[in-house]
Amino acid sequence: MELKRVVKFEAERDPDFARWITQTVGGERIRHCLQCGLCSGSCPLSLYMDYTPRRLMHLSREGFKEEVLSSYTIWLCTCCYACMVECPKKINITHMMYALKTRAMKEGFYPKGFAIPVLAREFSRMIRGSGRITESRLVMRVFLKTAFWRMMGFSKLGMRLMRTGRMRLQREKVQRRGDIVTLLNAVDSTRKELAR
Amino acid sequence: MPDAGIPDSASAPKIGVYICHCGTNIAATVDVDALTEYAASLPEVAVSREYKYMCSDPGQELIRQDIREHGLNRIVVASCSPLMHEPTFRGPLTQAGINPFLLQMVNIREHVSWVHTSKQEATAKAKDLVRAAVRRVRLHKPLEKRKVEINLNVLVVGGGIAGIHAALNLASSGKHVYLVERQPTIGGHMAFFDKTFPTLDCAACILTPKMTAVGSHRNITLWTYAEIAAVDGYVGNYKVKVRHKPRYILEDLCIGCQECVEACVYKEGRWADEFNQGLSKRKPIYLPFPQAVPQKVLIDPEACIEFKSHKCKKTCVEACGERKAIDFNQKEWIDEIEVGSIIVCTGFNTFDATRNAYYGYGKYKNVYTSLEIERLINASGPTGGEIVLRDGGKPKMVGIIHCVGSRDHNTNRWCSKVCCMYSLKLAHLIRERTGASVYNFYIDMRTPGKGYEEFYDRLLDEGVHFVRGRVAEVTDWPAHPSEKGKLIIRAEDTLAGFVRRIPVDMVVLSVGLEPQADARDVRRLFNISCSEEGWFLERHPKLAPVSTFTDGVFIAGACQGPKDIPDSVAQAGAAAAEAMALADAKYVELEPYTAHVTKDTCSGCKTCLTICPYSAISFVEETKKASVNEVLCKGCGTCVATCPSGSIEQNLFEDQEIFEEVEGLLAYA
Amino acid sequence: MKFSYYPGCSLKGTGRAYEESLLAVFRSLGVELEELKDWNCCGATTYMSYDELQSYALAARNLSMAGQTGNDLMAPCAACYLVLNKTQYYVRDYPWIGQIVEHALESIHLPKDIGAKVRHPLDILLNDVGLDAIKAKVSHPLNGLKIAPYYGCQIVRPYALFDNQRNPTSMDRLLEACGAEVVYYPMKTQCCGGSQKGTLPEIGLDLIRHLLAEAQRNGAEVIATVCPLCQFNLEAFQEQASNAHQFKFPVLYFTQLLAVALGIPLKHAGFQRSFISVEPILTKKEIAYA
Repeated sequence: MELKRVVKFEAERDPDFARWITQTVGGERIRHCLQCGLCSGSCPLSLYMDYTPRRLMHLSREGFKEEVLSSYTIWLCTCCYACMVECPKKINITHMMYALKTRAMKEGFYPKGFAIPVLAREFSRMIRGSGRITESRLVMRVFLKTAFWRMMGFSKLGMRLMRTGRMRLQREKVQRRGDIVTLLNAVDSTRKELAR
Repeated sequence: MPDAGIPDSASAPKIGVYICHCGTNIAATVDVDALTEYAASLPEVAVSREYKYMCSDPGQELIRQDIREHGLNRIVVASCSPLMHEPTFRGPLTQAGINPFLLQMVNIREHVSWVHTSKQEATAKAKDLVRAAVRRVRLHKPLEKRKVEINLNVLVVGGGIAGIHAALNLASSGKHVYLVERQPTIGGHMAFFDKTFPTLDCAACILTPKMTAVGSHRNITLWTYAEIAAVDGYVGNYKVKVRHKPRYILEDLCIGCQECVEACVYKEGRWADEFNQGLSKRKPIYLPFPQAVPQKVLIDPEACIEFKSHKCKKTCVEACGERKAIDFNQKEWIDEIEVGSIIVCTGFNTFDATRNAYYGYGKYKNVYTSLEIERLINASGPTGGEIVLRDGGKPKMVGIIHCVGSRDHNTNRWCSKVCCMYSLKLAHLIRERTGASVYNFYIDMRTPGKGYEEFYDRLLDEGVHFVRGRVAEVTDWPAHPSEKGKLIIRAEDTLAGFVRRIPVDMVVLSVGLEPQADARDVRRLFNISCSEEGWFLERHPKLAPVSTFTDGVFIAGACQGPKDIPDSVAQAGAAAAEAMALADAKYVELEPYTAHVTKDTCSGCKTCLTICPYSAISFVEETKKASVNEVLCKGCGTCVATCPSGSIEQNLFEDQEIFEEVEGLLAYA
Repeated sequence: MKFSYYPGCSLKGTGRAYEESLLAVFRSLGVELEELKDWNCCGATTYMSYDELQSYALAARNLSMAGQTGNDLMAPCAACYLVLNKTQYYVRDYPWIGQIVEHALESIHLPKDIGAKVRHPLDILLNDVGLDAIKAKVSHPLNGLKIAPYYGCQIVRPYALFDNQRNPTSMDRLLEACGAEVVYYPMKTQCCGGSQKGTLPEIGLDLIRHLLAEAQRNGAEVIATVCPLCQFNLEAFQEQASNAHQFKFPVLYFTQLLAVALGIPLKHAGFQRSFISVEPILTKKEIAYA
């Protein structure tokens, strides 16, 4: 029998995290959450989550940063908005999941080689470089950086896509690529200014 | 009454100004000392004082003493809203022997300290307002309140348990009561129920004796299938028009034998029976329900053949025989009554469950509302008390979903107060009758009344499954072979921490309570207000829960907000007491802020006659001038503003008084 | 009738059949479409989780350029449709986001007005072209072909701008106007898992399996979709998802089905790009096709 201390002391809470979640876009109403569980009930992915969306909301507003950012929940969420539609307190749960995902990626709360952050990074790199996504190239890059042996399994599907003309290898790009970089840089600089 | 030593209003004004701290309510934002000093410096102010709580006894004593000692003949009190304390401050003036209308109040709380944060600005504003009041009060004249007699009759609108209780209360005190009910029978929602929580009293057993008492009481005029058409007048003297809808039956002659129903050409019912929530069918001629009061049938003109084609055999008329109680030519008619006070007990409506599409009401046949289940369980219901599914089978698993249409920003924000209790009651009754497994899906278990938590304890003992989680969906798609052919309830069991899918045969939606659909129109009839959600507004939620802002109109029961039967009855008793107090006072005093015509300059143009919203102005043929009926006048000021020759003045709001006040505000040099 | 057309990255890749059939259908109905010049990726859900503010700026560039054309902007891809609308709402509701986006647009010399109306082809077909006009042009009716209408999440949640949020029927009505029989499909708005099939394969597969099982249980012969990723998920993994039941449904875009009904040749509507051919079923139901 392997015993572990599970009681939580107040000193282990992260009040900054709790404050941060209420200040994210969409997190303004988190304190109104009744813990009714409708979000978890309507979420198609909640069947596989370690912390259901409802639990995650409560953990977030109470400041249990470790549990929240290390949960599977934020990665399983497909942002389908089913929770938000029925929430009786009109809490923007989906957007909070986005914010948690971004933070988890930034702070490195995920196992090595986990596909989702790799996908996000490669996606953003491709946009910064070309302005558009070439699906074939994106998929290949993600496979190479994660579980490249799965490419074998994908090869049959890949062949089919190529045969039907749905997998184009030619790079999709925007003409004014410089504009894209300028645009993204401008966002970063304004954001830094506002933070001050 | 004027005393020898006290100057009357004709002599030079001697003004007393009193500044109230109102604890820290005013004093924290307004510099009351500076204000008092300022007031003392104003012309014709003889006395200027400040005190912590002017409305208290010592505060009022200050005023009384100063009037006697200094011969004050005008008083200005700078404190809260006149709506709160104008009557209070009129007291000391009367007690000290001067006319109570020589008072002017200045609102430096709601208008100054409660809406400003800068002490400097607030104090400056308060000074302006006090200066204006001082100038105005010099022109106040002594006025007398008018006494009007009160009619002892009472109108009770709505024949549910609240209306019934209020009516019986009043009737037994000797007052005559008119009880007007819109449905063809009294009884309200309580008549639908089988048992009531927490005692599991049979609803009909406790309700029907009261219904019968109403029907046979000599002091109660019971008018059913009737609505209020118009209300005119004022407290103590209301004139009400009641519109009777035609039953096509002569009520005095019908004895409720129902032979006409037996004899109807339709051998079986075909129209949804409203009383059984559409679960059974009735004929075009029908008795609302077996214990209806009055025990009279009625005809539905939309269903009856005679109304559509005029070619019916009219077997009903034949069956009625010599009594001749059926009259197809009956038209609606209006009765006019005079009453002194009105009690509105129009009750509630249930939430329309089709609005929550994800619960499948109307889509899946075995999803019911709580009211439908009440009728199924009831021994005199459509199935004689058997709980059966719409396709005839008996349910083995039943899910009861709490908070349908309550506590939800998407539909109704409020908690409907009674649903947790009635859901527990239904859980108990369903288990008792069918032995089925029952699941209650709740968010919080609200059991605040007497014996309510103990009732919950009893249910816990009985083995009902309690799942804490708001249900996300009722669906029929099976994710597991065991779910085939059932309705699946998907909810997170929040106490366990994971999502559960529970297949049931029958789903019961505990629908919440809502205001009646036409509450906003009905309230206009009685000139009362509704809250934002549509419930009738009480005068004060704690201190005046059954009065409204309209004198003489009271509210009781669920029309004021969701509540259970004990609270409805309590409120009905309270409203009856208020109405009785009014009647026993024998007369009411009317405020003298009425308008009057200054005869000299009136040209008889009649503009004011059509303008008056209360029809209080008439044209006197002999003098060819307008005349205001001071009893009907509500002091709205419309005629005063409209009169082209300025011939109408209003007490307490005379032109000169207003001009002086404005001058006072503007003189900030 | 003219619209600016925003294809999005998917319609140039795995969703090519959507673009081909869409262009063919609108041409046949007399609606002019002009591809937005130099459009960039909207970011979809992936960029939104990477960097929210940059995501709004990317979408705003497209909206600003669309505003310059003066036409409404049609966005067929469900994810693009959602992101573009979302950007407009959030810029309006959070002034500080509006500030950042405005500044970003200024830096690349684009007008700051991002109010161009973003429309979905279903919306345009029903409300601008009209079902009557479409019915009149149907030359090869679908003869009661049983279709499960799969809307997915993004065109009804969180903004249900042209249809009922919990029970959308726009695609139902369109397909019925073409002569098809739309089957009862309670999972019409249940999420297909999106990109989870790639990143968390087992879970993604489970979600796909539910959708296919329900379609089969209700007797569907074809599944109609509005989103390229949904189409891919439902089509490409049917063998993997099959267990006791063998799944073999053609999964088509609603524009492809409409193309059949309007008599457009199959090869002009991207039918050669399907993995599971619909031709055997069309023949069986005696639906004439070009």
